[in-house]
Amino acid sequence: MYEGAVQDLIDELGRLPGVGPKSAQRIAFHLLAANPADVRRLVDALTQVKEKVRFCRVCGNVAEAEECRICRDPRRDQASICVVEESKDVVAIEKTREFRGRYHVLGGAISPIEGIGPDDLRIRELLARLQDGAVTEVILATDPNLEGEATATYLARLLGPLRLRVTRLASGLPVGGDLEYADEVTLGRAFEGRRLLEA
Amino acid sequence: MTLVALYRDEGVVLRTQKLGEADRIVTVLTRGNGRVRAVAKGVRRTRSRFGARLEPATRVDLQLYEGRNLDIVTQAETLDAFGARLAGDYPAHTAGAAVLETAERLTAEEREPALRLYLLVVGGLRALADRRHPSRLVLDAFVLRAMASAGYQMALESCTRCGAPGPHGAVAVAVGGVVCPRCRPPGAATPAAETLGLLRALLGGDWPAAEATSERVRREGSGLVAVHLQWHLERRLRSLPLVEGG
Ligand SMILES: [Zn+2]
Repeated sequence: MYEGAVQDLIDELGRLPGVGPKSAQRIAFHLLAANPADVRRLVDALTQVKEKVRFCRVCGNVAEAEECRICRDPRRDQASICVVEESKDVVAIEKTREFRGRYHVLGGAISPIEGIGPDDLRIRELLARLQDGAVTEVILATDPNLEGEATATYLARLLGPLRLRVTRLASGLPVGGDLEYADEVTLGRAFEGRRLLEA
Repeated sequence: MTLVALYRDEGVVLRTQKLGEADRIVTVLTRGNGRVRAVAKGVRRTRSRFGARLEPATRVDLQLYEGRNLDIVTQAETLDAFGARLAGDYPAHTAGAAVLETAERLTAEEREPALRLYLLVVGGLRALADRRHPSRLVLDAFVLRAMASAGYQMALESCTRCGAPGPHGAVAVAVGGVVCPRCRPPGAATPAAETLGLLRALLGGDWPAAEATSERVRREGSGLVAVHLQWHLERRLRSLPLVEGG
């Protein structure tokens, strides 16, 4: 245990995801030794994020205005919505430059064992966005794990009666990996999602 | 470094929790070692050699190192990917989650062998994955049998209190099942006779009789099973309200 302020900082850092007691101590002493201007920038960044950032009222992504940058962009395709679990998934998909539509951030995945059901996610908001018929394709891009798959199953069933193209991101072998190391579920999905090669 | 104990067992993954950047803690109900918690290093990386093998509801052959707090998974081979098969059927998936949570809650102590429960979990998940029976009935049958194996069998024939031979119409969950008119405490439930018949069929494995019941009877049966389970666990199951019929 350290005295007052240092221990408080270690305790606060230790509450962050992925930061254990040892890392918390290392970061605290790094900050203690850092130049005051650097620490000030970090403090400002933390304050700004809490003051300025909110959630887009359309898609639920992090935003600095009522609507996020993507929802405000008129060049984005209005006909397709890509459904993801978290804002960080939007960032990951944006990096691919493959998708020109808009997003819908659910705020997690259905997880009965954690007590998280459909009503705890932004599913009602998704349905509201599909009411006017402007959207013709919904891409389900929830995580390729059990909870993500079950969430996609739930959404596919819910969206079934609407006249929409509902697609799921393909699952398959990691690029750069070896086939022999793939687990059975991944390899099975890769078979299901195989595509025709043009000669 | 001293010698560490390496052991091998098969088990069903009950739950996973994120740990640090790329690891997970997996809670596994094993065949020989009861409920075990272990760290799977790097499992969240796309190129992890574990891949989907340590997802909930997967039956795996595991090799583990005994650790000071948590064991460490060194190898995992899939025996049955029940979870992946359930994920495409939402009602079955929610029933599967309730099977896993019930199993976790019924194993109060880690490393206490629970072979009977293990076999019931595997049987329940297999029945759900094979779509052998309506998923809610499979779940209720699992709960009744798992409770019985834990020493909380719901009395469905003779009076729980005095042993007077049945059939009896009243159920007092706090007492443990059906009660005769003389032993009946105030507030006991009086379900339909068919509902008690359904519960007997589920406990005894009489599937034709169980499947011949109406939706109303099944709903009442599920309600009684849920109350019986939560009474003995003294805490609500998080997954139970999210289970869909089907
Ligand atoms: Zn937006």
